[in-house]
Amino acid sequence: MVIAKSNTLALQGTEAVALAMKQINPDMVAAYPITPQTEIVQGFSQFVADGDVDTHLVNVESEHSAMSACIGGAAAGGRVMTATSSQGLALMWELLYIASGLRLPIVMPNVNRALSAPINIHCDHSDSMGARDAGWIHLFSENAQEAYDNTLQAVRISEHPQVRLPAMVMLDGFIISHSLDRMESLEDSTAKEFVDVFKPEFSLLDAKTPTCIGAFDGLYGYFFEFKRQQEEAMRNAFQVVKDVGQEYGELTGRSYGVFEALGLEDAEFAIIVLGSAAGTVRHEVECMRSRGIPIGMIKLRLFRPFPAKELVEAVSHLKAVAVFDRSDTFAGGMGGPVFTDLRSAFYESEKKPLMVNYIYGLGGRDLPVELINKAATELQQVAQSGQVKEKINYLGLKE
Amino acid sequence: MSWDISKIDKWTWKDHPPGAVIKDPGNSRQFKTGGWRTLRPIRDEEICNQCLICFMFCPDSAIKAEGEKITTFDLDFCKGCGICAEECPQNAIEMVDEAEVQDTVE
Repeated sequence: MVIAKSNTLALQGTEAVALAMKQINPDMVAAYPITPQTEIVQGFSQFVADGDVDTHLVNVESEHSAMSACIGGAAAGGRVMTATSSQGLALMWELLYIASGLRLPIVMPNVNRALSAPINIHCDHSDSMGARDAGWIHLFSENAQEAYDNTLQAVRISEHPQVRLPAMVMLDGFIISHSLDRMESLEDSTAKEFVDVFKPEFSLLDAKTPTCIGAFDGLYGYFFEFKRQQEEAMRNAFQVVKDVGQEYGELTGRSYGVFEALGLEDAEFAIIVLGSAAGTVRHEVECMRSRGIPIGMIKLRLFRPFPAKELVEAVSHLKAVAVFDRSDTFAGGMGGPVFTDLRSAFYESEKKPLMVNYIYGLGGRDLPVELINKAATELQQVAQSGQVKEKINYLGLKE
Repeated sequence: MSWDISKIDKWTWKDHPPGAVIKDPGNSRQFKTGGWRTLRPIRDEEICNQCLICFMFCPDSAIKAEGEKITTFDLDFCKGCGICAEECPQNAIEMVDEAEVQDTVE
C-alpha cells in the first residue's frame, strides 16, 4: 500500500475543517457565523480573500438564508458547502428537508452545541440529533483528524450517484472545534484528486436540457414515492460509506467504516459512544482491559443511516451494553437517540445483551475518566448479575 | 434519461426522476389541472363582442381563440378562477357552479 504524502499539522478542529474545505474548493459557500462554528467559515473566508480557492462566498443574513442559498447553488449544479451549529442548524430546519427532498448533495460541517434554553454555547448533540430524521447523512468525528477526514469523504458519499443526499459532518463544540490537535493533512493535489469533480445529474444552468427543480408535486400526489426514494438512497449509503472509507484508507492509511470496534471478540460487555467522548472511553477501556476486565467498545461514526445490522452482529454475543448519549429524546423514559435506535435494532434478535443508557455531557458537562469508570463498573455488575437496576442513567448529573 | 409523464399515474416509486426534478420542458400540457375547478365559465356568444380581453387575462392560457375569435374554454386546464368573468367589459361570462353544470350536462 502506497500512502500519499501528508503533512503533520497542529490545528484546531475548526481549522482542520476549513483546510478540508479549502482543498475541496467548493463552487459556492453560503454561511452565517455562530459559536462555535464561526472559525470554520472565518478561516475559509481568509482562503477566499487570499485567492487560494475559486469559491463564491455568500455572506447571508441568517442560517435560513445560508441553506436556501446552498439549495439554489446545488440545484444550479454547483458543489456547495456551509457550516453551522446549534441554533443556526435549528433555524435551517425547513430547508434541511428541502435539501434532502431535492436530493442535493450539500456538505455541512456541524459543530455540535446544545440547543437553548437555558442559553448554552457548549457541546452536546441535541442540535444534530433533532435533525436525525431530516434525510441527511450524519457522520460523527472523534477529533480534528476525523473532522478533516470526514469532511473530505462526505463530499464523495453525498455526491455518489446511488446516494445524492446532503451530509452533515459532526464535530464536538469546543472539545474538538477549539482544541489544538495533531493531525495529518493531505497534499492539496491529492485531496483534489480524491474529491474529484462534481457531476450533477441535473443543473438549472444546463441550457441544453432545461429542468424544473422544486415544483409542486401535483394534485395526483407523488410525494410518498419521492420519500421512498430517499429511504432507498439512505440504504444505498451504507455500502458507499464503507467503499469511500476504504478508498480513503488506501490513500492515507486511515480507513473508515460505519463504526470502529475495540476488543469485542473477547469482551463480555461494551460501551457504545460517538463523538469526542470516544477518546476518553477508549483510554478507560484500554486501562480496564490491561487489568483483565472483559470490556470492549464501539465508536459509532455513521448515525444516519443507522448501521443496525452491523451493530447487532457486533454486540449480540455480549452480556451487557452501555450506550452513551450526549442528548436526550425527552420521550419519558426511552433514553437517548442512539439508545432507542439500538434497542429497536435488536427487536428481532434472539441473542441480545442487556442494555443500559448513560446520558452525559449535556450543555458541555465534562465527562472525566472517573465517570466512565463508574459507568463501566456498573455495567460489569449488570453483566455479572444479569439484572438491570436502572435502565436510564444520567452520568455527571448533580443528584 | 427522459421521462414521458403521460403514464405517470402508473409509475411506482422506482420510476420517478430523483428529487422530483421535471426534466422535460413543456410537459405541463400532459399534466391536466382542470380538476381544481369548482366554478365553470360560461360565455354568452350573443353578448360577447370578441374583444379578446379574457384571452389576454387568463393566467392558464385556457381560453382558446382562432382567427381572433374566442372558440372555447379548455376545461382540462381552466381552474375556474373567474378572472375572465371579472375582466369582461360586456359581462358576457358567467361563473356557474361546476356541480350544477355537470348535472345539466349529464
